[in-house]
Amino acid sequence: MTPNEPPIANTALFRDAAAVETAIARMSQELQALLRARGATSALMIGIHTGGVWVAERLHALLGLTEPLGHLDISFYRDDFTRIGMHPRVRPSHLPVAVDDRHVVLVDDVLQSGRTIRAALNVLFDYGRPASVLLAVLAERGGRELPIEPNVVGLHADLAPGEHLKLAGPDPLTLHRGSPPAGRSGGSEAAGS
Amino acid sequence: MIPNSPSQPAQAAALQLDADGNLKHFLTLDGLDRALLTDILDRAEGFLGVAQQAVKKVPLCRGKIIANLFFETSTRTRTTFELAAKRLSADVLNLNISTSATAKGETLLDTLRNLEAMHVDMFVVRHADSGAAHFIATHAAPSVAVINAGDGCYAHPTQAMLDMFTIRAHKGGFAGLTVAIIGDILHSRVARSQITALNTLGVAEVRVIGPSTLIPARAQQALGVRVFHDLRAGLRGVDVIILLRLQHERMTGGFLPSEHEYFHLFGLTEKRLSLAAPDVIVMHPGPINRGVEMDSSVADGERSVILEQVSNGLAVRMAVMSMCISTQNLWLRAAGETAPAEAADA
Amino acid sequence: MPDSPAVSIRGGRVIDPAAGLDEVTDLHLADGAIAGLGPPPADFEPQRIIDATGLVVCPGLVDLSARLRQPGCEHKATVASETRAAAAAGITTLCCPPDTLPPVDTPAVAQLIRQLAEERGHARVLPAGALTRGLDGEQISEMAALKLAGCPVMSNADRPVRDTRVLRRALEYASTYGLCTFLHPADAYLSEGGLVHEGRMATQLGLPGIPEAAEVLGVARDLALAEQTGARVHFRGLSTGRATAMLAEARSRRLPVSADVAAHQLWLTEDALAGFNADARLIPPLRTAADRDALRAAVAAGEITAICSDHQPHEPDAKLNPFPQTAPGMSALETLLPLVLGLVREGVLDLCDALACITCHPAAILDRPVGRLQVGAVADVCVFDPEARWVVGDDTLVSRGRNTPLRGAEMTGRVRFTLFAGQVVFDAAAV
Repeated sequence: MTPNEPPIANTALFRDAAAVETAIARMSQELQALLRARGATSALMIGIHTGGVWVAERLHALLGLTEPLGHLDISFYRDDFTRIGMHPRVRPSHLPVAVDDRHVVLVDDVLQSGRTIRAALNVLFDYGRPASVLLAVLAERGGRELPIEPNVVGLHADLAPGEHLKLAGPDPLTLHRGSPPAGRSGGSEAAGS
Repeated sequence: MIPNSPSQPAQAAALQLDADGNLKHFLTLDGLDRALLTDILDRAEGFLGVAQQAVKKVPLCRGKIIANLFFETSTRTRTTFELAAKRLSADVLNLNISTSATAKGETLLDTLRNLEAMHVDMFVVRHADSGAAHFIATHAAPSVAVINAGDGCYAHPTQAMLDMFTIRAHKGGFAGLTVAIIGDILHSRVARSQITALNTLGVAEVRVIGPSTLIPARAQQALGVRVFHDLRAGLRGVDVIILLRLQHERMTGGFLPSEHEYFHLFGLTEKRLSLAAPDVIVMHPGPINRGVEMDSSVADGERSVILEQVSNGLAVRMAVMSMCISTQNLWLRAAGETAPAEAADA
Repeated sequence: MPDSPAVSIRGGRVIDPAAGLDEVTDLHLADGAIAGLGPPPADFEPQRIIDATGLVVCPGLVDLSARLRQPGCEHKATVASETRAAAAAGITTLCCPPDTLPPVDTPAVAQLIRQLAEERGHARVLPAGALTRGLDGEQISEMAALKLAGCPVMSNADRPVRDTRVLRRALEYASTYGLCTFLHPADAYLSEGGLVHEGRMATQLGLPGIPEAAEVLGVARDLALAEQTGARVHFRGLSTGRATAMLAEARSRRLPVSADVAAHQLWLTEDALAGFNADARLIPPLRTAADRDALRAAVAAGEITAICSDHQPHEPDAKLNPFPQTAPGMSALETLLPLVLGLVREGVLDLCDALACITCHPAAILDRPVGRLQVGAVADVCVFDPEARWVVGDDTLVSRGRNTPLRGAEMTGRVRFTLFAGQVVFDAAAV
């Protein structure tokens, strides 16, 4: 969805802007500690389209990273291509610095099934061979379908299995819960999280 | 008593689109609306990024078999389709039919049935006969997608779309543009598809420039173009110049007296180029006959975008192929068949 | 042929264009001939009575051009299959072009075709003789022998004679024996390689065109030769408005020229080609709406006097190829009558004049005493329901050729009975 689109219909506010910014600030502190412990001085930060990029932009500024921010579009790598068809808006992935032998911080907004991260790792490895990958997510919720766990989590969300959690942005960043929208656009949720 | 036959665009739309308006086959630009053409261009933008990857492949068509059915040899076009298919992770079969099956008296339909039995998912067709892609799409099994890589003098829609991609990249859009197409319009499938695309995308004016022998009958009404026989008048103020390749057969066929006279009257030189808008771009589908269609100084000059066209072609073909495969996947699921396991585990 | 029974056709609207007759009355047939109109002749005892109340009774139709594909192309159709279709279409006399394999350039082939037709007894088949040997346009054929073998006219089918001097000699030679020559007017050079009318659709579909000028030049050349030689010339299948104007001019100078048009040319235009519809690939090609309107006007004005089917049946494979590789022509016997009746509904012709175009006028061009209902004439009769509706399709066509751009179209007017030389050869109720 585009940044100017209003928050999803039939949803209720789950966390307001202040709560989201607080969570991101906490994430940046945890990340800093983690990177220092690993000796990863000049990490590459990469956000996953679209919400992950918004979160990454804030983390990137808070951490004062010097390398430019990268972003990944996972549409070409989704595992539900054969079920729902192709996502109409694919922005090219943009990795301004080569990922070979670098410490990468992958950032996404919501982690649920783990399929988006699986796809993102595939894209990443088609660009090169990083030294390590850390995963930071703004919101973590149950329902994992793949063995993928985050290193840094902003907040934990306890939602019913059918419920939808969506980040609206880029400014302000707010989290919304509700039933997923009908039709094909619902597919973005299916592969995401 | 006798109902009017649906128009060519209406029939082409019915053949190419599924009930939800998704692209099923890509045979011609006839009948495809501006939103769909824009969608193809937008998607192609996304595929440009794949060339930046270390592994220049995306798994969209994993497990799919794409057959290049070339009844007319064209190494260049076949190579770009093959590369596009491989970058989508499809398996590719290259078949040069002109030398095998038809020589043994096998009909086109026999050839199709044989390939369908090998579970081919997509045919990329190049054929010397106008309407061949329509024919194959009409008679192919419903699970097979057909992409026209050029049929006779009728259509070459992927070439036209890559030209549109290049124009949009340089001009930002199509509104208000005046585009001149110079040369052998009569025999050009590329020109027919370009004209349809340009008019659908809403340019201000499409001009065709050439001697009367190379302009088709009733071009203005049939194609929606303005006809010029004087290159200087036709070039005045144009934003985009598209040159067409002039085949040597046009001399022996009596369409032109000589290449020399053609260049004298219709060849693009620096001086003539100055009649166009200052930021004009010059395009050519290649390969160029230097000194016939244009001067080398124009071909290699700063207004020329000829080499860009080649790299854009890959992204456009990936976009179109993945769209048709996507529609096919939806169809397969609706038909109750399981999508190939290889694709689902991605 | 078995003896013909005595038949009375009662209560129909009897139309005999040759006699200007149009009234509700009875028609009586005996011994293969028309025995009487109105009250039955003395001692007439019909063995069969056909109730024609609400139906039209007219002479059996005469078709100037229908290909039967035999000998040589029996995989497309045969004399047996197509004369059966002709009977279902109300056609009792048809002239087949000489482009069989081998062509009708020897008496033997002409006799073979007539014999095949006579064995079946569904319709009278008159093979046109080849104007040149092998239809090669170089050496004139043995026309006198062909005439004796039953060829009513000479023709080079749809292959134009390139060499004007050969054509001149051929016309002169044919006229020596009082033979009319059917000509397909087309300039060989301009039409060569063309597939469809050179115009809007050809340009949109990227198909090579046959320009209007090809037919105009053909008509101009052939008219000049007709005038030079005094030969009787018939233009077989006009397609352009320009050609009809030239025809009218020549007829106004009392030149012995005539012309026909295929019924579908009065309805369809190049628009039928949309979607690369190979069934609409015809020779001469379907042209513009303006041409179609001019052809209709020429029929209405009596300049074009005959309407034919130009029937060209094909096997399905002949159209199952990319457009340029398909064979031209459509299966048209069974749509002839409804298309002509449609002209009456659209006010182009009245019913009597319309029926004249498919009965007595073509009979006159063939110089055969058919296509009329006078007492003593051969008992070829068509009884049709002018209001019956039917849809063109595999289930309704009798011809082996199913190649028609009219597939799916609803026709109004259908044959109920066809009597050929007094025999009932088609009875819709018995099908």
